Amino acid sequence: MFAEWTCPLPGGTTGTESARIFDDGRDHRLLVIPPLFDEHNKMRHQLVEVMRRLHLSGIDSVLPDMPGTNESKAPLREQSLDGWRTAMKAAVQHFKPTRFLAVRAGALLVPVGLPGWDYSPMGGKQVLRGMVRARIIAAKEAGREETSDGLMQSGRTEGIELAGWPLGAEMVRELETAEVASSPLRQRIDQSLVGGKPLWLRAEPDDDPEQADALAAIIAVALDPQADTR
Amino acid sequence: MAADPVKDDNDALGMSRARIDSALRSVLCDVLGLDAEDVAEFDADTGLFGHLPELDSMAVAGLLTELEDRLDILIEDDDVDGEMLETYGGLLAFAEAKVIEG
Repeated sequence: MFAEWTCPLPGGTTGTESARIFDDGRDHRLLVIPPLFDEHNKMRHQLVEVMRRLHLSGIDSVLPDMPGTNESKAPLREQSLDGWRTAMKAAVQHFKPTRFLAVRAGALLVPVGLPGWDYSPMGGKQVLRGMVRARIIAAKEAGREETSDGLMQSGRTEGIELAGWPLGAEMVRELETAEVASSPLRQRIDQSLVGGKPLWLRAEPDDDPEQADALAAIIAVALDPQADTR
Repeated sequence: MAADPVKDDNDALGMSRARIDSALRSVLCDVLGLDAEDVAEFDADTGLFGHLPELDSMAVAGLLTELEDRLDILIEDDDVDGEMLETYGGLLAFAEAKVIEG
């Protein structure tokens, strides 16, 4: 179940992006905002498993590709956080979700005004720190010395490839300061509530049926149509 | 009854060696997707980075960041070298030194 949607791109153009979707025209539709970069790869299967469980509980969901991610043809290096936020707004207009589930640094892309959940949210600085550290470790292994100050300095002006991800200068500068916004519409889900080992830490992508059950249950219980009398 | 070394809070360092060892094994469980029993068998010479193919630089970076959180330490770029990452013993010695330093 895939859908296409028209997505705004940098420079005022548009492109067609794909979305994984479970759609039966039901009252609730969850917008799933995945983690960024490496953690997206590690969590994607698990998130689709959560969507499948919600589908069985009578809740629609959609996981749209941001330009430069997953199946997108757009180059990642040209994307920015601001561009992704604009793309996310367009996805909201297209798919009309009623709630969001943002995972890890996906919390940086949550559209204003939509209620939902931030699952183990993290700021942009932490994202960069992990990726810079990975690059320094790989460089040391190859006998090269790199420092995070040096890498960040060139990243801010020229962009940089970190752990295989080509990031533009604007993306680097935005990530350095991007923090998760707080809003009474947003609820936090910590790993302790989901239980088990955090899957984004896993060296190899993996899924965990019990965690998927737990996460889907947290959302399904909150959206229980029988409890919702509005 | 013998004291539980993992819950030893009379340690002068504020955190016993057993607790550091336990935190490190727990992070390795999470990163490698192994059960506690498997990781309990790791000894000082068990090979890590460079020995386990799935343990790439991104996974090691995640491991170090998680260790910082769980042990309340700060790991500088300069601290990271192949020797400390190569074996379980190397990583444990590094973590202990960092906790004492912090």
